[in-house]
Formats: sequence, C-alpha cells, structure tokens
Amino acid sequence: MDVAAALDRLAPRLSPTATGVRNTRQLSGGASLETWAFDLTDGTPLILRRRPVGVAMRETALPLTSEAALIRAASQAGAPTPNVVHVCTPEDALGEAYVMRRLEGETLGRRIVRDEAFAGVRSSLARRCGEVLARIHAVPTEGLPKLATSDARGELARYEAIYRELDARRPILEAAFRWLEAIAPPPPEQPVLVHGDFRNGNLMIHPRDGLVGVLDWELAHLGDPTEDLGWICVNSWRFGEWKKPVGGFGDYADLLAGHGGGISLERVRFWQALGSLKWGVMCLMMHQSFATGQDRSIERAMIGRRTSEAEIDLVALMEAAA
Amino acid sequence: MIRHPTGAELAQAIAAFEAEPVTPGDARRAFLARVADNARAALAREAEHGARLEAEATKRLAALLEQTGDFETLNAKLCVALRNGAIDPLGPAFMGHLRALAIDQITIDQPGYSGLTALLDRDSG
Repeated sequence: MDVAAALDRLAPRLSPTATGVRNTRQLSGGASLETWAFDLTDGTPLILRRRPVGVAMRETALPLTSEAALIRAASQAGAPTPNVVHVCTPEDALGEAYVMRRLEGETLGRRIVRDEAFAGVRSSLARRCGEVLARIHAVPTEGLPKLATSDARGELARYEAIYRELDARRPILEAAFRWLEAIAPPPPEQPVLVHGDFRNGNLMIHPRDGLVGVLDWELAHLGDPTEDLGWICVNSWRFGEWKKPVGGFGDYADLLAGHGGGISLERVRFWQALGSLKWGVMCLMMHQSFATGQDRSIERAMIGRRTSEAEIDLVALMEAAA
Repeated sequence: MIRHPTGAELAQAIAAFEAEPVTPGDARRAFLARVADNARAALAREAEHGARLEAEATKRLAALLEQTGDFETLNAKLCVALRNGAIDPLGPAFMGHLRALAIDQITIDQPGYSGLTALLDRDSG
C-alpha cells in the first residue's frame, strides 16, 4: 500500500487550498495501529491513523470510526483533542483510517516530568488532568458509538482469566487479585465515558499551553470515572518521579480537585493498584507472544521482565493497606 | 527464579538479535540494540545473584509453608494456597516473603526502577 500516494489524492478533500501532501513519514507507534505524519501543500500539519491491512483487532480495541466519533464528542464537551478532519471511506484506498490535526507538543513522559521546558506547566498539570477528565466523563453517553461497559469486578475478573490462561506462577499477582477482589468498589450508579488509557504517552503536552490533546482513544469504554484517575497514577508512568503520584508531575489532591471533588482518594488508590496489576498481566501477555514463538524479538522477551516492576509497586500498595 | 522469560530464553533472544543483518540508520534496530543492552545487563545480574536469591527464597518458602522442596515446587504451592484462600494475602509473614521476592526480582530485572526506592523509603519514613 502506498500511503503517500493515497494521501496525495485525498489532499484536496482535506483542505480546499491543498493540491497534495509532503513530508509523509510513519511515526513509531503502537503494534496494532499505524500513525503517519504529513503536511498538506498549504502547510496544514496532519496525522493519519490507520489499521494495517491484515492485522487483527485487539479484542477490546475500538474500530477507528468509533474512535473518531468519540474524539468529536469529547471535543464538543470541552476536552482538548486533535480535531478530526476526515474519516476515510473505501474510495480513499487507505483502509480503516482517519485524519486529524497534528498538535504541537511532547508526549514522552520522561521529558514531561523532567525537562526544564515543561517546568512552567508541570505545577498545574495534575489539576488540569482532573478538569479534562471531568469533561470527558461528562460526555453524554446517548448517541455514542457502541462501547463495552466494565466495572472494577469485571476488570479484575477479565485480567484474572487472562492470567490463568498464561499459567504463570507469580505470587504477588495472585495476592493482588485476592486483595483487590475483597475491596473492589461497587459500580458507579451511572457508567460514564472512560478514556481507558489516560497517561503519559497519550497526552500531548505543550511547554506553554500544557495539556493540549488527549490521544489514543482505542481503549475507551463505559465505566467508573475513577478508572482514568487511577491509571494516570500508576508508578510505571511516573518516569522515576515516584513522589509525584499523578503522572510524575503532580499530587492526588490537585487531580481530585480538578475533577470536581466527588471522588475519594481511597477509590483512586484502588484503581491505581488495579492499574499496576493490569500492567503486570499485560507484560506477561506481551511476553507470551515471545514464548509461543509468534514474535521472537528481544523486545517481546524483555517486556516480560517488566512484570516485576508492577509487582514491586503492588507490594508497596499492599503494605500501605495492611 | 524468574520465568518470564528465563535467563536461557533471554540469552537466546540476545543471540538471535545479534545474528540479524544490520541496516545502517535503522531506527527500530537502534531501539532494539538498547533493549539488548538491558537484557545483557539483566543476565549479568542474574548470573551474579540469581542462585543465592533463589536459595534464600526457597528457605523462606519452606518456613512459610512448613514444607520442603525446590523453589518451583514451593512457589507453585504458595500460588495455589493464595488462590484458594488458605493464605491471607495481607498477612505479615506472607507479606515479608512477597516484599523480599519483589526486591530480589527487581534487583535482577531493573535495579534502577523507582518502585524499589519507593518501597525502601517506606522503611525510613
């Protein structure tokens, strides 16, 4: 598939003043989706997100048309998102794909938590994350594309089933399943739109304007708003800044205040622990593709060794709870 | 002690990576080369500490379960006991073993991980 040629033909429909595209390049991205950056000849910076032909969708991942619809709905609710410019149709010859504006900023957590350039926005970022999540969680759920619904017990059961299937013997994960099962909060009265992967890496941070775009809506679903608040507090995305629980840049109190104050810290800590447990199981899952020979890369082998990172975080959380 | 992957599997993955043809300027290759460096370092730490840590863990497990056996056997029994509720996941004796296990594993896999500092800091603070 020649993506650049297909984009060239699409260009006039993306902007009336464009005759083609330039600087088309594939950005390193997720395993399941491709991300391409390109510019229109009139200078408009854009991103193409597309599913490679023949790649099976992850069971929980959304079709890209749904993802584009959610971005539009979140944007209408006042959350910062990259504007969706075009959802591709078969005649565009790009497969399942959509085009959005390319935002300026940084997604690499290591830079966001440490670089001098972001020092100015870091202090207000946790509160801003809370505010933005409140807007996402307030998106009217009628009229959204079809989404799965989950709650704490459902997520625990889903990940425990995956863990059992892997036949791994990791006592810290075993203990965490039993502990979290015993303290799992009831489902929220009204399930809300949950982003599902709100963390460093999926947040576009501008050195002056702060959080300018929430990216990667692939794992969005309906559920407990606290899931998003807990996930950004998982130590694995604090990039060494472990004393700043919110993404390595802020404190719980700011995140909760930004969200509006209706959620308890205890509930966030539960979802944070479930987040670490999920991350541990995900590391084992990714390693499984190495173990079964499906992907023998050194990367897939080594990701298994990150399970212990989730485990040490879980031990700290269990000790604090004991 | 660590099975996902085992040291032998990790060594195989490193050897396979080293045997691949190199294309200059390949960004993916450069990324994988850094991963391979981390893997070699983890293997070196495992060679240095692995046997001792496994022997200590086996001793802890034997005391905890009041049984004898090798690490794999006792660790599997511990997992079953946790699963069927025979052991309280937050019980102090058991938590002591989990903490030691977490520290042992991260010492081999990723000693620079901040979760280790955070866990040790809980003792001082």
